Amino acid sequence: MNPTMNHRRSFIIAFALAASVSGLGMRTASAQEADAPPRQQWSFSGPFGIYDPAQLQRGFKIYKEVCATCHSLKLVAFRSLTDPGGPGFTEAQAEAIASSYQVTDGPNDQGQMFQRPGRVADTFPPPFANDNAARAALGGGLPPDMSVLAKARSYEAGFPWFIVDAFRMYQEDGPDYIHAILNGYADPPAGFTLAPGALYNRYFPGHAIAMPKPLNDGQVEYTDGTPATVDQYGRDVAAFLMWAAEPTLDARKRLGFQVLIFLIVLTGLLYFTKKRVWHAVLHDPEIEKR
Amino acid sequence: MTAISSAEPTRRDFLYIATATVGVVGAAAALVPLIGQMNPDASTIAAGAPVEVDLSPIQSGQIIKVFWRSKPIFIFNRTANDIKLAQDADWQSLRDPAPDSARVKSGHEQWLVVIGICTHLGCIPLPHQGNYDGWFCPCHGSQYDSAGRIRLGPAPLNLYLPPYQFISKTKIRIGEDKTSQA
Amino acid sequence: MSGHSTYQPQSPFMQWMERRLPIASLVYSSLIAYPTPRNLNYWWTFGGILSFMLVVQIATGIVLAMHYTPQVDYAFNSIEGIMRDVDYGWLLRYLHANGASFFFFAVYVHMARGMYYGSYKEPREVLWILGVILFLLMVATGFMGYVLPWGQMSFWAATVITNLFSAIPGVGDPIVTWLWGGFAVGNPTLNRFYSLHYLLPFVIAGVVVLHIWALHMVGQNNPTGVEPKEEKDSVPFTPYATVKDAFFIGLFCIFYAWFVFYIPNYLGHSDNYIMANPGQTPTHIVPEWYYLPFYAILRAIPNKLLGVCALGLSIAVLAFLPWLDTSRVRSANYRPLYRQFLLIFFAAVLGLGYLGSQPPEGGYVIAARILTVYYFAYFFLILPLLGLFEKTKPLPSSISASVLREGPPAGASAPPPSGATS
Repeated sequence: MNPTMNHRRSFIIAFALAASVSGLGMRTASAQEADAPPRQQWSFSGPFGIYDPAQLQRGFKIYKEVCATCHSLKLVAFRSLTDPGGPGFTEAQAEAIASSYQVTDGPNDQGQMFQRPGRVADTFPPPFANDNAARAALGGGLPPDMSVLAKARSYEAGFPWFIVDAFRMYQEDGPDYIHAILNGYADPPAGFTLAPGALYNRYFPGHAIAMPKPLNDGQVEYTDGTPATVDQYGRDVAAFLMWAAEPTLDARKRLGFQVLIFLIVLTGLLYFTKKRVWHAVLHDPEIEKR
Repeated sequence: MTAISSAEPTRRDFLYIATATVGVVGAAAALVPLIGQMNPDASTIAAGAPVEVDLSPIQSGQIIKVFWRSKPIFIFNRTANDIKLAQDADWQSLRDPAPDSARVKSGHEQWLVVIGICTHLGCIPLPHQGNYDGWFCPCHGSQYDSAGRIRLGPAPLNLYLPPYQFISKTKIRIGEDKTSQA
Repeated sequence: MSGHSTYQPQSPFMQWMERRLPIASLVYSSLIAYPTPRNLNYWWTFGGILSFMLVVQIATGIVLAMHYTPQVDYAFNSIEGIMRDVDYGWLLRYLHANGASFFFFAVYVHMARGMYYGSYKEPREVLWILGVILFLLMVATGFMGYVLPWGQMSFWAATVITNLFSAIPGVGDPIVTWLWGGFAVGNPTLNRFYSLHYLLPFVIAGVVVLHIWALHMVGQNNPTGVEPKEEKDSVPFTPYATVKDAFFIGLFCIFYAWFVFYIPNYLGHSDNYIMANPGQTPTHIVPEWYYLPFYAILRAIPNKLLGVCALGLSIAVLAFLPWLDTSRVRSANYRPLYRQFLLIFFAAVLGLGYLGSQPPEGGYVIAARILTVYYFAYFFLILPLLGLFEKTKPLPSSISASVLREGPPAGASAPPPSGATS
């Protein structure tokens, strides 16, 4: 009795049936459609990818000079700027960065809140006191906090990507999206009605984004010779935001490598142990003889 | 059972021992994050960073209380009389012998900086009370003098000294001492 | 089950202990000497994998609970504190979140094995029903756990799923208010979900004890569906099943580690990294992948109450499987027609899972309805009829006979193969 051929055929029939039935509804246009962001190269992609500290420092510069006007980074502490696997600022640099911000503290002995220069233990103070203040200042729009933004944004890649990506270890959908948005401002195509106050962006779901184009070529000065283009800015700030969202990425992949090697060794040993233990039973001459 | 040659048990045993050893190593390694996560996390450690205190607003004879690492720290601007009483005491006969010079920084004898936790069972003693011009602990009656030394009552040791240093004549940094040898 | 070795305490201390609390002999008879069919394949290792994953989830959950704050203004940030500040916090969080997915993956394989080999049939009905109860407890635990990060998906999943109960005529709305502890999902809801999420895994552990007890009363099923008859049909659990379980747990852990260390957010939804906003619903609410087939069934029915009933029935029907399947043959290896329908059933569940992730529009809805019809037809129509009309293959006379390497079926005499004779 060798059911292998039957098994294989049954599986194929069954899955073909289900796939064709499921596939009855092919992608229908929905109001929240947008172009899929083009995939970029990132230093931190793949099993051995890690952050590039120089890129993170450039990205931080862009955040500080441009984005921080509207976007908070409330969950990131100044001290994490010195952590390994990050932008690699020194203690002195982190203290300088911290003290360049004013942080709310208090109440003092008079019972009042006051402003003081930041310390490394503080988190980035937000540009607006609260969401309502932000909306009031910006005509209704609310710039999201960017602490985990790079993990909070994604796009539907569809079939077969969601299977392939698991093997390719694709986790950079957030940075790809951010880079695309920053580079995606364009004139609306003919016949597209844009809501008042919104701008056309190729990659924003629904194509109408409330944020005005934040970056232009040459806007932020780079001192290390990197080209000062919007494309480069997009990469650098997206990388910085990925670090802000996932500061332990380097450590995670390093430990992952060690754990996988260990597990492969252990599983291999267990395999041979199993074979050795079962040898007598699987090759029992009593059974083979009957 | 088939006959087993004398070479086989060694190989089989080695495999079993190797597997068991690697398994035990893995189990021990798995314990590391489970136990390590209870350590103070990075934000707690950061919040325990040294604090700087400006001494200029403290009046002569005044004791103020600040917090460092969630512990109360008493800063005592001692009057000449406080200093004299502390220096003239027969320190060698005290329960926890310590001369006044060991309780303050040289050149800054007027400032006493101690951790305000009674060394008996952990209550915060009350300043400017007791018979010794220092502190009185209401929980079980320990009394400390103007150098924070235990004089009466059940506490076994003097009030602890936190690490601190003078970063200017009127400013100290509590939590860090890069100057002292003792 | 009798006739196998029993524990004989050697040291005086163990003899003293055995008289007072015979744990050692219990462990010995259940986990060491316990007779296990010799022909179990690797599909039988998933029970061990599930026990392993339960321990992993409880261990990581307890330590995560040391750092989590179950309050709507602090929950999201406390988890970010775990990710950034707690030593190995990121590892524990990713282990726990991905552990839930792997727990469900293992349970689905475990259930599929049961369905394929007829492990739910007499005398294992109670064992199977305990399993269905365990699955329900897992579904509840997973649902409440997902609410705790208080992201957009957490909040809106809680809103949608608790609103299911409003479909119950009459008492529906009061029940929902009672569940919420307020007029909408809010802080009281979060707090009670936290309490129950901490409790239920220990209820699961207790029911697992009953599940294993019920198993040990009747013994394992095996790929032939023929019960062990001779002593040769079984081997002691340790070391045979133990080492097989350990090996496959190792393979499973490699698969698990791949996700935890390299694609930790792959199975999640990016919207859950946005803090819950009770004033704005995300465009596509989707549950985690392991609930998608049931979600598709719920949405396939256009009527609210019937949809909820279909959702409940799609899980409850499993409990009746021992009686719906009228065949006296257990294993699908000997039931070729049943096998075809079962494989289509598995494919239909996968298809429903995919459809659950898509917007309920156009062709997706039609497809979901077709597959839902098949899902219920399988249980209520196909299974009862199959047992009455299908032609099954002849069963081997015993487990040992089924593992014959060569020679005619048992009963016929055959020349022994060359080799040692005893």
